[in-house]
Amino acid sequence: MSVIVILLLPLVATALVCLPFKRNWAAGVTVGSSLAVLVLVARVAWLASAGSSVTAGLKVGMLKWIAVDGLSALILLLIAVVGSTAAIFSVGYMAREDLEPRKLLLYYANYNLFIFSMLAIPVMAEPTLVWIVVELTTLCSALLVAFENTREALEAAWKYVVLSLMGAAMALFGFLVLFAAMQAAGGGEYTWDGLVAAAPLMPPVLLQTAFLMILIGLGTKAGLVPMHTWLPDAHSQAPSPVCALLSGVETTAILYVILRLFPVMKAAPHSHAEVWALVLGLISVGTAAFLLLQVRDYKRMFAFSTVEHMGIILAAVGLGASAAGYGTMQQIVSHSITKSFCFFAAGAALLTVETREIAAVRGLIRKSPIASAALIFGGLGITGAPPLAVFLSEFSILKAGLSQRQYLATALLAIFIVIAFFGVMLHINRMVFGVEEGEHGPAAQEQSRGQKEKKLPFSCRLALILAALPVFVLGFYIPKSLQDLLTQAAGALSK
Amino acid sequence: MSETTNQLLDNLNALAAGLFLLTAFGIVAMRQIRGCLNLFIVQSLLLAASAALLGLRHQSEHLYGVALVNVISKPVIVPWLLAKTSPAEVYTRREIDQALNIPTSLLIALALAILAYFLGTPLLNSVGPDFRGPNVPIGIAGLLLGAFTLTVRREAVPLLIGLLVMENGAFLTGISISRNLPLLVELAIATDGLIIVFIMGVLTRAVQKHAGTTAVGTLASLKEAAPEPTPNEVTK
Repeated sequence: MSVIVILLLPLVATALVCLPFKRNWAAGVTVGSSLAVLVLVARVAWLASAGSSVTAGLKVGMLKWIAVDGLSALILLLIAVVGSTAAIFSVGYMAREDLEPRKLLLYYANYNLFIFSMLAIPVMAEPTLVWIVVELTTLCSALLVAFENTREALEAAWKYVVLSLMGAAMALFGFLVLFAAMQAAGGGEYTWDGLVAAAPLMPPVLLQTAFLMILIGLGTKAGLVPMHTWLPDAHSQAPSPVCALLSGVETTAILYVILRLFPVMKAAPHSHAEVWALVLGLISVGTAAFLLLQVRDYKRMFAFSTVEHMGIILAAVGLGASAAGYGTMQQIVSHSITKSFCFFAAGAALLTVETREIAAVRGLIRKSPIASAALIFGGLGITGAPPLAVFLSEFSILKAGLSQRQYLATALLAIFIVIAFFGVMLHINRMVFGVEEGEHGPAAQEQSRGQKEKKLPFSCRLALILAALPVFVLGFYIPKSLQDLLTQAAGALSK
Repeated sequence: MSETTNQLLDNLNALAAGLFLLTAFGIVAMRQIRGCLNLFIVQSLLLAASAALLGLRHQSEHLYGVALVNVISKPVIVPWLLAKTSPAEVYTRREIDQALNIPTSLLIALALAILAYFLGTPLLNSVGPDFRGPNVPIGIAGLLLGAFTLTVRREAVPLLIGLLVMENGAFLTGISISRNLPLLVELAIATDGLIIVFIMGVLTRAVQKHAGTTAVGTLASLKEAAPEPTPNEVTK
């Protein structure tokens, strides 16, 4: 029952947001509903971490296809966590004077719809329904990407919609072929579990075709190279809290759908799903690592880092899920929380300097110590510096890779991760500590002293602190209940 | 049903599927945007006809449902939604500068159709004899030709139609090989298609307002290379 409430809450919030009350009403409703969802999701995740599958308890219509196991619960939890911090960050970030009330309303209504569509992905257990909600995530977030209404934002939104939907059409073909494969294997319930059960009898051609179409189709939306071209555009043009959602959890949720196919492929004889995952993953990591060196826009930088991390997760799956299963799950968690923090940091910097150009930002530390500290912390966190969360998960993936005797792949992965580290930190270092041209002239110094320091809104600072906590804590301590959930999730992957 | 009726229904279905392929070619080549939309409507009707014929052939009420959903949503609601959301100007436009000229496009489209045949054959061989038919290779061809339309077109509406053609192609295969899909799911997919049209219509209107064009394919300012100032920015 609580699963239904989780899905209903964002929809109710969408309706409430549209009521014409005071300016803060919409923001308040959104924060409230996000926090309520978080509490409910935490309970479901708690149940799932004990190994039980949570269903809606009703067998009518689409509700009978609701089932939450360990893996779903983990993704659900991430969406709820990032959804809440992003909602809190939005309050301050969107409180700009120049924004019309109607625009603000549109933002929060879309925000809640987007949260709804994402929450529905892990909750649904029927593949075609999952496909539909994946489509919905694209459609609900398209207007958020276009929110700023500039030429660039519209271009990004258009690219995002066209490429994602093109991928989705291919994935739809894949899911229909998968259904046919299931029928050919004697039928059964068309759910993730039913697929695993039927996999050994499926005609290999149908299964392979379906897998490849879905991998390419949804891989487009997850930002895998070479289908990633829309991602840095969309993930940099959207308002920062939305970027945190897009980069932090949307891509992860899409990757989750792809991951669901791996147990199916493993149950079928002679499938080479792991090889595909490893190759595609390594290509993504490598390309993103080198592109990170030459970005000019710091939000694009974090977007490319998302491509890199999607590659790492996929490569980890390819390295051998039995050993890397737990590491993969850890990586998914650490990437989501760290990347959302990074975009909050980028948003804080953007509020202070009002430009996204890396070259135009120098000596940020003197203008806004908070934004600078956040950028450095985010940069170190996302590139895997110890003792933060990503370090721990990347370390366990590399260790698992070595124990699987995949020396070449592991070495490549390690090299790309190091290159990405230098790429990101180089840019952040210049932004934070760099010396502005002509800054030493007396006139320039006078001018900079005259500038009043812009203060970050309280809610932005609060969101930064809340988002930083798990990044820091999960680097050296994973609570027992989360550990159980990760184990359950890894178990669902290697079923 | 008797053997001859079945034969007749199979032949009629093959005819519908063949015409479906022809409309996909037409959409690749058609320059008038209104014409593109009309061809898409014909194509959706052919998809519905194929679903109805297959439903009759295999006594599946579920396929009648699919046919009905297709008849209502695509030929009626899609054009209406487009007219509501996107600027009226898009219909009157003729697309002159395509990435490739029409003969070249058609040749590539032909190659794609042949490729689809080769891709479809192994699939056909592994489904039961009941599920075989021309729908599979032609559906794949629809998917590929839709994707091709997306790559060569620049105007908003033909791009949208390219997406919908891809979806039609996937469905044409679907009604043949996975025809027992729950109707609820089909309905949800159809609704989803309408949301696509709505969102893209809204985006098109916004693009036209801010960039002064509906040729969304020509927008290309976001990239890693140093930005060149466009005439717009210079005057700003």
